[in-house]
Amino acid sequence: MTELKLTAKDFKTDQEVRWCPGCGDYAILAAVQSFLPELGRAREDIVVISGIGCASRFPYYVDTYGMHSIHGRAPAIATGLAASRPDLSVWVVTGDGDGLSIGGNHLIHALRRNVNLTILLFNNRIYGLTKGQYSPTSELGKITKSTPMGSLDAPFNPLSLALGAEATFVARSIDSDRRHLTSVLRAAAQHEGAAFVEIYQNCNIFNDGAFELLKDSGTRDDVTIRLEHGEPIRFGNDGQRGVVRSPGGSLRVAEVAEVGVDALLVHDAHADDPAVAFALSRLADASLAPTPIGVFRAVHRPTYDGLMQTQLDAAVETQGEGDLAALITGGDSWTVVN
Amino acid sequence: MAGVLRRVVCQPPAREGSEAVPKQVTQLDRVVIRFAGDSGDGMQLTGDRFTSETAAFGNDLSTLPDFPAEIRAPAGTLPGVSSFQLHFADHDIMTPGDAPDVLVAMNPAALKANLADLPRGGDLIVDTDEFTRRNLQRVGYAADPLEDGSVDGYRVHPIPLTSLTVDALAGLGVPRKDAERSKNMYALGLLSWLYNRPTEGTIRFLERKFATRPEVMAANLAAFRAGWNYGETTEDFSVSYEVAPATLPSGTYRNVSGNLALAYGLLAASRRGGLPLFLGSYPITPASDILHELSKHKRFGVRTFQAEDEIAGVGAALGAAFGGALGVTTTSGPGLALKAETVGLAVSLELPLVVVDVQRSGPSTGMPTKTEQSDLLQAMFGRNGEAPVPIVAPRSPSDCFDVALEAVRIATAYRTPVLLLSDGYLANGSEPWRIPDVESLPDLHVEFATEPNRDDGTFWPYLRDPDTLARPWAVPGTPGLAHRIGGLEKAAGTGNISYDPTNHDLMVRTRAAKVEGIARSIPPLEVDDPSGRARVLVLGWGSTYGPIGAAVRRVRAQGEAVAQAHLRHLNPFPPGTGEALRRYERVLLPEMNLGQLALLLRARYLVDIVSYNRVTGLPFKAEELAGVITDTVGSLD
Repeated sequence: MTELKLTAKDFKTDQEVRWCPGCGDYAILAAVQSFLPELGRAREDIVVISGIGCASRFPYYVDTYGMHSIHGRAPAIATGLAASRPDLSVWVVTGDGDGLSIGGNHLIHALRRNVNLTILLFNNRIYGLTKGQYSPTSELGKITKSTPMGSLDAPFNPLSLALGAEATFVARSIDSDRRHLTSVLRAAAQHEGAAFVEIYQNCNIFNDGAFELLKDSGTRDDVTIRLEHGEPIRFGNDGQRGVVRSPGGSLRVAEVAEVGVDALLVHDAHADDPAVAFALSRLADASLAPTPIGVFRAVHRPTYDGLMQTQLDAAVETQGEGDLAALITGGDSWTVVN
Repeated sequence: MAGVLRRVVCQPPAREGSEAVPKQVTQLDRVVIRFAGDSGDGMQLTGDRFTSETAAFGNDLSTLPDFPAEIRAPAGTLPGVSSFQLHFADHDIMTPGDAPDVLVAMNPAALKANLADLPRGGDLIVDTDEFTRRNLQRVGYAADPLEDGSVDGYRVHPIPLTSLTVDALAGLGVPRKDAERSKNMYALGLLSWLYNRPTEGTIRFLERKFATRPEVMAANLAAFRAGWNYGETTEDFSVSYEVAPATLPSGTYRNVSGNLALAYGLLAASRRGGLPLFLGSYPITPASDILHELSKHKRFGVRTFQAEDEIAGVGAALGAAFGGALGVTTTSGPGLALKAETVGLAVSLELPLVVVDVQRSGPSTGMPTKTEQSDLLQAMFGRNGEAPVPIVAPRSPSDCFDVALEAVRIATAYRTPVLLLSDGYLANGSEPWRIPDVESLPDLHVEFATEPNRDDGTFWPYLRDPDTLARPWAVPGTPGLAHRIGGLEKAAGTGNISYDPTNHDLMVRTRAAKVEGIARSIPPLEVDDPSGRARVLVLGWGSTYGPIGAAVRRVRAQGEAVAQAHLRHLNPFPPGTGEALRRYERVLLPEMNLGQLALLLRARYLVDIVSYNRVTGLPFKAEELAGVITDTVGSLD
């Protein structure tokens, strides 16, 4: 094995980055480029596949193999690549419109199959590239060019959707929190199977400040819950609040002083039952308070590509390598001699 | 000329001693049999078995299964009728036959749906047990057609098939309902006797199929033997028939359907190209059997992916192609519509991809189990932008094998998606296939890019081969060649995003020129004009080859001169196409659509075409086309 001494610079292409100045995508790109050397993989063994939208320009800026495909289809294309080339590290970059609207079907099926993919969904709750229509994650009543009197449809909660789609790895981070984002990327990359990461990303042109509550130094610690596996779930400036189970089975926020530390829910990302992770994914209200970030769920299940390879190997083992001439001749042939 | 090496000896199946008088055997040169019954009667299985017996005997043959899209339409109704037609002969034949000589009708619905196709004088075998008042009423017969004169003029063989089957199984302790279900094997036994078919294959088949259910095996075997014995002993059949084996070119043969041949062709192409086969597919009639077949062959390294939808099927195939696999997707017309955007992406990415469309009747859901040739223009133009795609079409079930190899050749050599247009008639129909020597198949070996292609040590993903205009296929994992591709327009050479006006014009023209240039790699159009005196050229494409060929033979047999040509490549057309069209006073083009190829040829060559179009969901009949050709020839005088 050759010693790999790559740096973030090695993952930058010569292409001019063309996102709007101030876009959250820059921070995510920088975080990914800085993280990739840590993967320990050669550049040529990494592939980034995207769909359409602002986020989906991502592959052009990462010096690996890459494909900027068509709207919503990246998970399907990546599935074909990952299933036929288990030796590669395949990443999907998508957005809330690309991944949850036009490509929602492919996303949920990639997750349930547990294809070995790392899926980064940049959620800015708006359509940016088409200049500001509401998206499937926009809050109800959102006023945009296409919804001048407010949007009428309830938004998707991406993490609830992923958990409902049998995802084995579900996490959330924020574009501006480089350290946290890097830690989530690390956990996602290490996961065998489909890893789904929602990244709250600011669109400063069409939906500026959508996640300000989680970014502003004055409010963020008060409303951000940093999930750590095996740790009691508590948050606030002084850790004064925490998450406890309600008698009905759902979760609620409580003052630690009132309920006591022992009453706090201990985060178990490896629990087979996704019910608690699901409840955590629905803890935040429309104002985002409080918002858990980190790894909600990370469980082991055989990967689709691994199982496919196992079947091929088993077929060869039990029946031997395929013999084309024998196959096409079949068992019911006859011979004519003139 | 030497005869057929392997003469199969017809032996009656083992049976209890019977004292039947040997019956007279009459020689025939060809026979068309149609088995018709309820969807639940097992007519397709019966037809398949008779076909296998006939193939093993060495006849030339051609089959036409015809069944409803509904899995189990209400029993005994007209929509539930399923049929299987088989034409077999002592000489080479091209179609499943225009009309049956023998109709086996398992119930009144089958009789009503098929009687009009049976010429007067034909043999009609009916299961009289099913002609109950209730069954007759269900299909609108006011009176029993077997008694009211409706079947006068036919040679009717009224046989209580159901009760004879039940009687034959009486000793086996089989429940009555199960016994009745074996009546198709009774009918098969009878027909096998009537046409002196070998029976060992069917016996072996039943023993294998029901190996784990001995009582069902015993019932089916007993019914099959009883049917044979009935033929030998009943006075209703005084004569049995023999159709001698056909004198086919030397070689080893098997019977093959279009979908099976297509699956084998893809598998063979994967082997000959040294590329692992990846099939991304979504179930759709009549293409699903290709998915089923390829899913069996994992030991060949074949990966089959049943996707969540048609779009994911082609997307995954394209993703696999990016990774260096032979990416294939299989579908039918409605699925092709859904795949259009991804095929356009493949045009832009310039990656190899094979898209198989087993055409069926449209528009929309249309008639899923019925055949048509109406996706040619969709294949040609069904994408946004200037997105040329090569198109190939097989002409017969066995030709699906060769055309699959050709589609892969074009896709991999030119780094382009290729559309293969089969259809329902080819997919389900079958014929004997001379099995090729694997080593004689085309060498489809592909070279991936492994080195930078610029003097400065860089790699340009859109630097082209000057001959084919194909770009390099550099797969992930190859050091030094990492690159990004996408659906945005690319700068010639570097492949970087480009909105430059002249670059776009250049790229559009280059992609078109690449596809046009494929014509240099295909043989010129072959025109069959034995007399050299023909004034009319009959042109076709796809599955009309059989009926057109049979019709041309008939017309020539009447002393008329007529030329025939058949297109395998629909885009680009083979060299010499325009010259051939201009050489004849009339070009007659039968199509199972409203003139789609005619439209393309007129536009391309400014030559008028006389179209003959019919879209009934059924293949043309040779007699019908012979009439059209004769009229066209006659119109010149």
